Amino acid sequence: MSRELLAVENLVKRYGENTVLDKISFRVQEGETLVIIGPSGCGKSTLLRCINALEPIQGGRILLDGQEISRDAKSLPKLRQRIGMVFQNYELFPHLNALDNITLAPIKVQKRKRAEVVEEAMSLLERVGLKDRAYDFPRQLSGGQKQRIAIVRALCMRPEALLFDEVTASLDPEMVREVLDVLLALAEQGRTMLIVTHEMQFARAVADRVLFLDGGKIVEEAAPDAFFDAPQSERARKFLRTFTFETVKHQKIGGYSK
Amino acid sequence: MDRQVILSYLPLYRDAAWLTLRLGCMGIAFSLLIGLACAAARYRKTPILSALAAAYIEVSRNTPLLIQLFFLYYGLPKIGIRTNAAACGVAGLAFLGGGYMAEAFRSGLEAIPLSQKESALSLGMTEFQALWHVVLPQALSVSVPPLMANVVFLLKETSVFSAVSLMDLMFTAKDLIGLYYSTTESLFLLVAFYLLILLPVSVAGSLLERRLRYAGFGV
Repeated sequence: MSRELLAVENLVKRYGENTVLDKISFRVQEGETLVIIGPSGCGKSTLLRCINALEPIQGGRILLDGQEISRDAKSLPKLRQRIGMVFQNYELFPHLNALDNITLAPIKVQKRKRAEVVEEAMSLLERVGLKDRAYDFPRQLSGGQKQRIAIVRALCMRPEALLFDEVTASLDPEMVREVLDVLLALAEQGRTMLIVTHEMQFARAVADRVLFLDGGKIVEEAAPDAFFDAPQSERARKFLRTFTFETVKHQKIGGYSK
Repeated sequence: MDRQVILSYLPLYRDAAWLTLRLGCMGIAFSLLIGLACAAARYRKTPILSALAAAYIEVSRNTPLLIQLFFLYYGLPKIGIRTNAAACGVAGLAFLGGGYMAEAFRSGLEAIPLSQKESALSLGMTEFQALWHVVLPQALSVSVPPLMANVVFLLKETSVFSAVSLMDLMFTAKDLIGLYYSTTESLFLLVAFYLLILLPVSVAGSLLERRLRYAGFGV
């Protein structure tokens, strides 16, 4: 029986009058990969930012390992060490090389020994195929490489859960795969992950469960095959249709032909 | 111009330049500390400190150094605080410069996207660690040109020290003109010595800027 790692209960997030998340509730088991999809502006990214306490919330609560996440400044760093986050635009620190990006927080925040952290960082880099780029600066790396470094940076903190906020949305198409492969490998290792993505085939492949968000509410929650093959709600059906294309026959256009 | 006169004045100017440079550097060092503290308070929006820093920045930048020096030199003894001219000079320069330095640091801090701070926070850093390890190093590279401009500006402002009878370059020149009517030689040496101090600073500043630009933190 796996334990429940994360529980979100009646989460409400408002920007002024605008309600972005409206009483969201869901649970994540240890080792589970939860994929959150939905149209732009449905609150997916905001949801991840709320879980990592980068945004204040206006109602409900979030529990990590059965304990409510307190939002006072003192306990936030502790919380964020337990939940890693990877951002859409990598957010590597441009003044540090890849290795220093990865080791900064473990050394300064967790006070671990430099040699030990470097060793772990190097073995993680090797796993994502970037060992030879350890001493490169972010500006010398491609988008896909930067994002893999950012994932290693989050992993090196040994978090219990990882949040991925549209991590391939800023990448050129041919670099998307190299990042998604890393996520697939992590899912295989049994990492607990919350993934926000627009890559539907990837979502289907990686997810244990899919949350479909629209208008700040969870419209559908289902196993990936069930969701993608037979979505229950009209809203989800409409959303999924936007990812498929009808074949358009080449037609002669009247008026130009002789 | 009389070469003999110039040669005989040289030791006086050398001592004066040394005083200008010494007090100037001390004042600038303090102004950098004050500026950094004020910019940090404003950046982190620390409740009371931030407002105090904002008020200080306005007062220091909108009053002339001459007035600030008079205030320190003639005003403080009236309320029982004994000072000497050198301490007043350094304090005045630090007070004036602190406001300018704060704004230079602030422009750098504000140039760094908020997402960099969030990324640091999400790795479990405290607000201070995020500022110190992530935001500030990047902000400094943006701040260097205005900081260097302020250093040159403050070194020139030391010419006001003569008003509280510190024997700086300006005082020496005025003194010699008053005593010997050697206007040409005195002013020539005055300009020459200021250039001697300031040109190396300017060149060093340009080199530093270029190095930082090549370090190119562009993502």
